[in-house]
Amino acid sequence: MATPNTPLWEVFIRSRNGLAHKHVGSLHASDATMALQAARDIYTRRGEGLSIWVVPSSAITASDPAEKGMMFEPAESKIYRHPTFYEVPEEVGHM
Amino acid sequence: MYTQALNTAETDDRGLEDAAKAAQFQARIDAEERIESNDWMPAAYRKTLTRQISQHAHSEVVGMLPEGNWITRAPTLRRKAALLAKVQDECGHGLYLYAAAETLGASREELVDAMLAGKAKYSSIFNYPTLTWADIGTIGWLVDGAAIMNQIPLCRCSYGPYARAMIRVCKEESFHQRQGYEIMLTLCRGSDEQKAMAQDALNRWWWPVLMMFGPPDAASQHSDTSTKWKIKRFSNDELRQKFVDATVPQAQYLGLTIPDPGMTQDADGHWRYSEIDWAEFKQVLAGNGPCNRDRIAARRKAHAEGAWVREAAAAYAAKRAQRQTAQAAE
Ligand SMILES: [Fe+2]
Ligand SMILES: [Fe+2]
Ligand SMILES: [Fe+2]
Repeated sequence: MATPNTPLWEVFIRSRNGLAHKHVGSLHASDATMALQAARDIYTRRGEGLSIWVVPSSAITASDPAEKGMMFEPAESKIYRHPTFYEVPEEVGHM
Repeated sequence: MYTQALNTAETDDRGLEDAAKAAQFQARIDAEERIESNDWMPAAYRKTLTRQISQHAHSEVVGMLPEGNWITRAPTLRRKAALLAKVQDECGHGLYLYAAAETLGASREELVDAMLAGKAKYSSIFNYPTLTWADIGTIGWLVDGAAIMNQIPLCRCSYGPYARAMIRVCKEESFHQRQGYEIMLTLCRGSDEQKAMAQDALNRWWWPVLMMFGPPDAASQHSDTSTKWKIKRFSNDELRQKFVDATVPQAQYLGLTIPDPGMTQDADGHWRYSEIDWAEFKQVLAGNGPCNRDRIAARRKAHAEGAWVREAAAAYAAKRAQRQTAQAAE
């Protein structure tokens, strides 16, 4: 008999105080509590984290990398959002 | 690692593979870009990686068996704690790798089922028995040593999820090799019987370990495209040679003799080993090694005995979900 599928979860870990939670991988678990325990056992065997988030993989909506041109075009054309766009005379010093 | 769920749209356009897309893909590889699970990739790239990553995952999991055999009989509490931690790591490696394989669209359950059905391969090395405690030292030193040699270049593999899993794995591997070498060192500094036990283990494991790097370059079926796709950065023979060169001085330090009387050192420092018995390798891969049947039987037993746990967890999750919907409706 084929083994029935167990839901997939994405795991995010905060490694140090002050840092953001970072995606570290995924795992299978039947519910959120078990996913947290499994994440601890699989991804933090050497004290790699202070806090863990688990998110059902099916809850993630991803942008399509094939459409990245269209997706990110609005920012690309706006070079005036960068400080180097503006000229400040050398005498004024670092700004 | 990304998700199986994100891959669903991808599988549909596999048939539309055209030359322009393939050329664009190869250009990305040549530019050392990493391929991610949502990116377009040739069906053969997907298939090659699914096979390679899942075989790697099965190897980590089956690899727990020969060492697990000695957990209850480790000579000291320190050794026992270390071996237990190592075997736990191997389980973790298997799980990282299944997750990486799943980003290509297969489910872990179907990959595991293929292994249990005997349809998927795992490393030939785990079909050899662990007869004495010295085998545990030898496995850490040589089997993990060979695995590291193989896995370090995989950290730069073109497929992002596999490369990232390998970085994590490599960080954990170095303790495996060091604890193994420490066991060997202790035995070699011990009584004559202990040293003889260490030599006996080296005699039995040396050749199977050299076979871990796969068939010689002249006979390898997968290498060409894998190299072109930057899945493989070094050939089997190149990695094997690096391993031999690194290992000979380690054996000399232990005062052990590599069981290859024909071995000589080149003018440029490389150690030339004798012909490997490829007939033995083929036999082991074909299922006729000393422990193939045992290994599959042990995996099937563990999987079957865990069925009630999976069922109970699924039933509990379903019950709670139902209760939550009922509460929300109130
Ligand atoms: Fe491993
Ligand atoms: Fe490994
Ligand atoms: Fe290992």
